[in-house]
Amino acid sequence: MPVLVIAEHDNNTLKVSTHPVISAASQLDADIHVLIAGSNAAAAAEEAGKVSGVVKVLHADDAIYAQGLAENLGALIVQIAKDYTHILAPASFFGKNIMPRVAALLDVQQISDITAIESSDTFVRPIYAGNAFATIQSTDSPKVLTVRPTSFDAAAAEGGSASIDQIDSAAETGLASFVGQELTKSERPELAIADIVISGGRGFGSAENFNKLMEPLADRLGAAIGASRAAVDAGYVPNDYQVGQTGKIVAPKLYIAIGISGAIQHLAGMKDSKVIVAINKDEEAPIFSIADYGLVGDLFEIIPELEKALAS
Amino acid sequence: MKILVPVKRVIDAYVTVRVKADESGVETSNVKMSMNPFCEIAIEEAVRLKEAGNAEEIIAVSAGSMQCQETLRTALAMGADRAILIQTEESDLQPLAIAKLLKAITDKENPGLVLMGKQAIDGDHNQTGQMLAALLNWAQGTFASKLDLESDSITVTREIDGGLETLKLKMPAVITTDLRLNEPRYASLPNIMKAKKKPLDVTTPEELGVDITPRYKTIKVSEPPKRQAGTMVESVQDLIEKLHNEAKVI
Repeated sequence: MPVLVIAEHDNNTLKVSTHPVISAASQLDADIHVLIAGSNAAAAAEEAGKVSGVVKVLHADDAIYAQGLAENLGALIVQIAKDYTHILAPASFFGKNIMPRVAALLDVQQISDITAIESSDTFVRPIYAGNAFATIQSTDSPKVLTVRPTSFDAAAAEGGSASIDQIDSAAETGLASFVGQELTKSERPELAIADIVISGGRGFGSAENFNKLMEPLADRLGAAIGASRAAVDAGYVPNDYQVGQTGKIVAPKLYIAIGISGAIQHLAGMKDSKVIVAINKDEEAPIFSIADYGLVGDLFEIIPELEKALAS
Repeated sequence: MKILVPVKRVIDAYVTVRVKADESGVETSNVKMSMNPFCEIAIEEAVRLKEAGNAEEIIAVSAGSMQCQETLRTALAMGADRAILIQTEESDLQPLAIAKLLKAITDKENPGLVLMGKQAIDGDHNQTGQMLAALLNWAQGTFASKLDLESDSITVTREIDGGLETLKLKMPAVITTDLRLNEPRYASLPNIMKAKKKPLDVTTPEELGVDITPRYKTIKVSEPPKRQAGTMVESVQDLIEKLHNEAKVI
């Protein structure tokens, strides 16, 4: 039997969280089908069909799927679930919202946020903010999984030539309706996939300082900007900048933590980064214990100096 | 309207968790336990709704060992009116089983709203609220950072990947809390004393007719790969030189 990947998309294009899930699915040695549930989402379906390893795209096009409401999308996935051994989605806010609903309706225990697949029923996942890793064996069928995108290489965007099947919608549940959204606009790379992330903490003291110092440095490095929970709670930046146990999990090539002390909840979101740089005025800050390069000093002096030095 | 608030007893957020040498789990003996931080936010929100005249009664519920009574007493001290412990010695209570237990309680109590944490900081599953909503066939408002209650609906602002999203949910509904919904209060000493006299009922999974058999088996729990501390650099120039020539990332 094939496996099903629930694609995250914005009706036009696939979100980058989808490709690592397809790559994880390819470790299960079965045909991979991808569900595109959306509204006027033919472009996303076509894109999914080209991803390496995908043999079939199931395309449900209906206004009720335009914003990915869990109630309606859950009902649709349950309707097609019986044909699959595994159902996978990214462990992004999208997948986290929908998949447990699907699992409960199928009477199976979801396995969340897997970081490795050992066999078709055995998976590794972080617990306690990544301070431990559990290897667990599921007895349920089908297996409902969310996949940590940074733990798997992205499947190639080209190379597949899947068929695209139109499928029927499930009934509108009438439980929830979409009112609106406020998305953070940015010309910079997306935090979840950027090669370089610079993150700031409470050390900045104000939103004005945060933006004034971080933006030129981010532009200079072509980096995405992240933040600690403390900086988000203090209102320096919007919530979607938060890196950590309950925010975003990132694993860039270079992570520069500035004015972040390094609470375990923050480390849980970034310690898989390839190279970590810590800049903090407190030489005892825990962040230095996991950093490849540490620099003790005042961020208000170091950041402009760094930006200037990079320019030359 | 009644509000049901499930709460969980977990290893305190500030304790450094250690994996047992035999890889059977993490060390829990002689470790400080507290209410899961997201559950505190849920209790706080329920109390605020009651203070604003939008709810008559707050019921806190927890599933687990006798010791969970402490967590329920904390909920009562924060402002819950009464508590229910679903007592079991099953040490591996998984989210689907908890959702089924909560459904059984919800069926009995008929709350207009279930308010609960989005995730417990021990298992990090982030499932139970969504599962409960599914089993009840209710709407779900996950990762909530703002709530507006109307007569037969609730408007929820949710934290999503790119920012915020607002949904209107039919009531009754399940809401799961994110960090920025509110800042939980500390229980005052008089309220801690009063909480000792508030009703706390005890039931069991058997009485509720719920099968809590685990659906997965934990084979081992291991330490994460350790990151070694690297080198301290003396200057910005030194840092750039290292990133350029040694790490080759810029």
